[in-house]
Amino acid sequence: MTKTELCLLTAAQMSQGLIAGDFSAQELTQAHLDRIDDLNPALNAYLYVDAEGALATAREVDEARQAGQQLPQLAGVPVAVKDIACTMGMPTTAGSKMLQGWMPPYDATIVAKLKAAKMPILGKTNMDEFAMGSSTEHSAFGPTRNPWDLDRVPGGSGGGSSAAVGAYLAPLAIGSDTGGSIRQPAAVTGTVGTKPTYGGVSRYGVIALASSLDQIGPCARTVTDTAMLHEVLGGHDPMDSTSLQAPVPPVLEAAKNRDLTGMKIGVVKELSGDGFQAGVLRRFEEAAAELVALGAEIVEVSCPHFTAAMAAYYLVLPSEASSNLARYDAMRYGLRLGPDGVDSPSAEQVMGASRAAGFGDEVKRRIILGTYALSSGYYDAYYGQAQKVRTLIARDFEAAFEQADVLISPTAPTTAFKLGEKLDDPLAMYLGDLATIPANLAGIPGMSIPVGIADEDSLPVGLQVLAPATQDQRLYAVGAALEAALNDRWGATMLDQASHLALTQPYDSQEAGA
Amino acid sequence: MSGLSRDDVAHVAMLARIHLDENELDTMAGQLDQIVEWVGQISEVAAADVPPMSHPLPLVNVSRPDEVRPCLTAAAALSGAPANEEDRFAVPRILDED
Repeated sequence: MTKTELCLLTAAQMSQGLIAGDFSAQELTQAHLDRIDDLNPALNAYLYVDAEGALATAREVDEARQAGQQLPQLAGVPVAVKDIACTMGMPTTAGSKMLQGWMPPYDATIVAKLKAAKMPILGKTNMDEFAMGSSTEHSAFGPTRNPWDLDRVPGGSGGGSSAAVGAYLAPLAIGSDTGGSIRQPAAVTGTVGTKPTYGGVSRYGVIALASSLDQIGPCARTVTDTAMLHEVLGGHDPMDSTSLQAPVPPVLEAAKNRDLTGMKIGVVKELSGDGFQAGVLRRFEEAAAELVALGAEIVEVSCPHFTAAMAAYYLVLPSEASSNLARYDAMRYGLRLGPDGVDSPSAEQVMGASRAAGFGDEVKRRIILGTYALSSGYYDAYYGQAQKVRTLIARDFEAAFEQADVLISPTAPTTAFKLGEKLDDPLAMYLGDLATIPANLAGIPGMSIPVGIADEDSLPVGLQVLAPATQDQRLYAVGAALEAALNDRWGATMLDQASHLALTQPYDSQEAGA
Repeated sequence: MSGLSRDDVAHVAMLARIHLDENELDTMAGQLDQIVEWVGQISEVAAADVPPMSHPLPLVNVSRPDEVRPCLTAAAALSGAPANEEDRFAVPRILDED
């Protein structure tokens, strides 16, 4: 197999190939490292690549396999990690100058799990600073570009992970989702991403944005690959007091079974119509029809409080973020610089100057918004009220789930927009999150799967599936069934349809005879 | 919900320990005023007797056994410090000079 062919495999195929001895883990990892060398300069998906560490893990796997040892299923399959999770031996920046070059003294629990699963960690992927954004344009280290069109955003905040997976620079990637930061990038890059039930995956060692909304989740090119990674990541963690004492839902099994007969699928009235691009709605409706052909029944449901979800989210998030980001005070880690021209600055002055230099505009906006909302006299009216609206949204979901087993909607109102298009208008950027935010507010799981390209612009469209809390496996049953049916109809996979673009075409300098 | 004035933004920036220069204050005041008005619609949602929510499956009294566990060494904890001295974080002065 050529290096390119190795990178084009799914994670499941890589795992099988390694077990069968078709290729070694070192070959597989090296193939990815070479492809990253070739393509990352144009994409900027990776902020940091750990060639040495990844190859060392791969070597251990090869030696263990030769010695006949039992290995975890994904042993030797490479993975990329969003730069929001602490990784010892590698910088962890959260996409911010505040943490540029910071070397964490401990691993996040999910990173420890990847290491225990013997998966070579290729490096850290780009993101909007401190996960605040929907386009990866707010990264302090330059935007990541969409593999489908280099002038367009890969989504955010996890654009680096979605672009890495979409451009075959990794078969699997870790993302984090606070308001859609896994699902929306998946939708606009034609890949798969899941936000698990809140508490389903540990947040220990994951740089916090909004503690009641954040969740780590898997990103991949197929539903089965996503399920395999989900099973590695999930489970109770005594180091995270919000972590659920429950086994990981049977997501891989559900992805294999794909039985939708008799399943009731609810279409949310409030997540459609005006504000949604025509081409997006078209692919969504066709996908819904496909689900009916597979034996499911579509019902219309209404979640009336969803119209208040955005306001609630953009109060809860900045409030919690203002508290979580107070720790970047230039005292114990992170950027410290004194105010210019002050001889013996006080700690407060150093804080003021360091935070001014370390944080970008979007982060400053949200911290100030949150500080205001929590300040004396305003707490009840803003944050308190928003927390009540969360309950109303959760109740809307409960009522909807009495009529349906899962809910579906387009993941995002539009396809990938152009770099720079929404930067001057923060509100316009926020409005793109309207379909993904409710799941974070209620803590329920959600997944985005690709359902085709839009007629207007030939860019990927994602469909979102939502399930009740702890029932993540339902996402995988629906996602896998729909994916198989669409691949059948297309005679190709979603990413095969990007073949007109050089970036997702096989590229190998040796193969090209260069 | 009233809007956010430039003075409000300056005051809140001070509370948040972020030094904003004059230009930033101008731009940010305009943007934030718009956002605050937009999120202010939250007050129109009737929710007086609705309990607040922070977790879909609220967990209460999550604790662990009171046993000592391995933790960061002083060296590890200081590894990212801008300045340190005698196993402690060295920080700028916290008291005023009078």
